[in-house]
Amino acid sequence: MTANNIALLYLVASVLFILALKGLSSPVQARRGNQFGIVGMLIAVITTFTITHNIWLIVLGIAIGGTIGAVVARRVEMTQMPELVAAMHSLVGLAAVLIAIAAVNNPSAFGIHDPLPRGNKLELFIGTFVGALTFSGSVIAFGKLSGKISSAPVVFKAQHWVNLALALVMVGFGVAFFLADKGDHWLPFTVMTAVAFVLGVLIIIPIGGADMPVVISMLNSYSGWAAAGIGFSLNNTMLIISGSLVGSSGAILSYIMCKAMNRSFFSVILGGFGAAEGAAATGAQQKAVRSGSPDDVAFLLSNAESVIIVPGYGLAVARAQHAVKEMAHKLHEKGVNVRYAIHPVAGRMPGHMNVLLAEAEVPYEQVFEMEDINGEFGTTDVALILGANDVVNPAAKTPGSPIFGMPILEAYKARTVIVNKRSMAAGYAGLDNELFYMDKTMMVFGDAKKVVDDIVKAI
Amino acid sequence: MTDPTTINLTVFVLAIFVGYHVVWNVTPALHTPLMSVTNAISGIIIVGAMLAAGPEQTDFGAILGLAAVTLASINVFGGFLVTQRMLDMFKKKTPKEGKREA
Repeated sequence: MTANNIALLYLVASVLFILALKGLSSPVQARRGNQFGIVGMLIAVITTFTITHNIWLIVLGIAIGGTIGAVVARRVEMTQMPELVAAMHSLVGLAAVLIAIAAVNNPSAFGIHDPLPRGNKLELFIGTFVGALTFSGSVIAFGKLSGKISSAPVVFKAQHWVNLALALVMVGFGVAFFLADKGDHWLPFTVMTAVAFVLGVLIIIPIGGADMPVVISMLNSYSGWAAAGIGFSLNNTMLIISGSLVGSSGAILSYIMCKAMNRSFFSVILGGFGAAEGAAATGAQQKAVRSGSPDDVAFLLSNAESVIIVPGYGLAVARAQHAVKEMAHKLHEKGVNVRYAIHPVAGRMPGHMNVLLAEAEVPYEQVFEMEDINGEFGTTDVALILGANDVVNPAAKTPGSPIFGMPILEAYKARTVIVNKRSMAAGYAGLDNELFYMDKTMMVFGDAKKVVDDIVKAI
Repeated sequence: MTDPTTINLTVFVLAIFVGYHVVWNVTPALHTPLMSVTNAISGIIIVGAMLAAGPEQTDFGAILGLAAVTLASINVFGGFLVTQRMLDMFKKKTPKEGKREA
């Protein structure tokens, strides 16, 4: 095939990828969008087969990877989506690094001039370190999300200075790689890549659990930039376009998540939130709370006219989404108006709660975003909070509070508030939640799934 | 003759604008499928991996390329399939799709 035809087919694939993202503007068109994406990928891969060798080995690689991917996609539970997404980010990062090494090793395989021109070296340098950061950072994020390593922030003295020093070392060796002649460039390239791997780990370890929606969006963005960086090195506009789409998507999601926590991107990345303040808040004054049983809750819910359910991470951990749906269904039959209120950072990744509720077949007409439902709490009989804390903390309205200015779900305005938590432990921000001590609040302690199951039985 | 890097930069900047506008229109309820489909799309790096895996003379780089092909395939298949699975869940509850659109 001529270079022009290949470029045109790549253009078709790029347009299909844009349509895949565009489809997600509504649940109705989204499935067709995904199919556009699949067709785009098919076109891209088939076209590339015409310009490469070792066809059968490549087919074998695709078969192995494809089988693993298909099995994982089928088996993964919706509560595990954040881990899966983090794992997939790491794969893109690692693939980018491997391709960059191959390009340094043998530029002519990619149609690049050998020895490497300076411009390509610069692009390879960027592609490699972004890829390496994405890989090791995502591995840590995966570990934290799956509970394989502690999700608590790991902070140590002079952390930011260590990171800065490492970043400078990495850039220094990058420059050395840029200036080195062929034959001498492996040493700086290897050191630079190794430092980037270490840096990826160090950037992610100080970031704690509830900031994960930002981290995972940020790594999503990086994985896109890594692909775009490789596209620059290989002069492949399709890679550049696809990488930029992914990169900007992740960046926008990071922005939305930060805004929903009223935190600057840098304060999240610099991490350590809650580590100091959390210590201060625990051991705070013991105030009285009113606690109740699932039977009490069932009584209150059955006699309400309107109920708003606020799901949080605790619901995901307990895998209580199906039980919640059953409870809502029973209440619905009794003529209770049940709705769900979703805070943008509820859960561990953007849109996490929506997917869990969708899995439990909750009709999406009943699921509302924060801005759309906040006005409704004032006229609602019962707000039922399941495993959420900071996102309903009225302290966000108090100047001087660490979370002041964070948009919250105004559950405290409901006539009765029921909060299910495992214990009185503070939320991620390490803050006491005055909502729990209000006269109209009833606390129900226990695992969300068990509590909701008991409520269902009692209704 | 324009330098290829300049053309690449042009494409890059324009693609970021397209991405920016398309992604802001994504409904928040579908942010998780958005992430998984972008996982699949970033699997496009498979194209670079295939070139790395197939030089005229197989060498050490080709082995790395094959490894990258395998990794990227996990993303491509896993990403698209899990996205489809999630989107099917969103569809299930709307037997009459037209009603909601109206």
